[in-house]
Amino acid sequence: MQKPLDDAYYRLLCELQTADFVLVELSLFLDTHPQDMEALRQFNQFEQKRQQLAAQYELQYGPLLQFGHSFSRYPFQWVETPWPWQV
Amino acid sequence: MWIYEKKLQYPVRVSKCDPRMAKFLIEQYGGSDGELAAALRYLNQRYTIPDKVIGLLTDIGTEEFAHLEMIATMVYKLTKDATVQQMEAAGLGAHFANHNRALFYENAAGVPWTAAYIAAKGDPIADLYEDIAAEEKARATYQWLIEMTDDVDLQDGLKFLRQREIIHAQRFKEAVEILKAEKDVKKVF
Repeated sequence: MQKPLDDAYYRLLCELQTADFVLVELSLFLDTHPQDMEALRQFNQFEQKRQQLAAQYELQYGPLLQFGHSFSRYPFQWVETPWPWQV
Repeated sequence: MWIYEKKLQYPVRVSKCDPRMAKFLIEQYGGSDGELAAALRYLNQRYTIPDKVIGLLTDIGTEEFAHLEMIATMVYKLTKDATVQQMEAAGLGAHFANHNRALFYENAAGVPWTAAYIAAKGDPIADLYEDIAAEEKARATYQWLIEMTDDVDLQDGLKFLRQREIIHAQRFKEAVEILKAEKDVKKVF
């Protein structure tokens, strides 16, 4: 299947997905272990890493979040392709 | 309130056009133990479950929508280049007659999704046991699907989803223990 974007895109996306996976896992774990200090420390640490990666991704490839949770250049970038199922 | 994030939770790759697998994968899109049923089941239970497990149901319910998008992406990629003849040969002739290549919330046999797939008992333990069972059934379905294809790229995405079912079941089991412990504490006082 043809990849429409370059390798750097997939590398950065994968890094972001990796950090986000850690955060999803820790979120569910903390939901049933809210007093686990070590897990919460890891959660906050990856949240910081996530913010850096997301900022880098959005600068290069456009907004990740809708409804004003991401900045946009002109013209409004949200409507631009690719959508997640197109990459 | 929900905010959409313009990326998949995990990369979805397929190595070939394969409408036959798409037909089977639809089970996890609009089937009884599929991702739509899972998301709606957990998010609907939140309103009448004890406070201590609302966060968990909200988070797992939300993650299920990310899984729904992954299944949709698989089905889309497996069918987008399929000819009408290939769709028919894969058993998707009836689907094509009604929906063309559009996705539809149906199971592998073409039965439309129904709210009857979702139990809502209003009893916390009954509801959480239903959730654990739903995750185990979904895990089994993913195992059957992995065995039905030789596409290693597709298997990779399916294996991720199978493992998430295991984690979700584990967290729901912990939620049951949290509620049991809460009940025991109340007895002491």
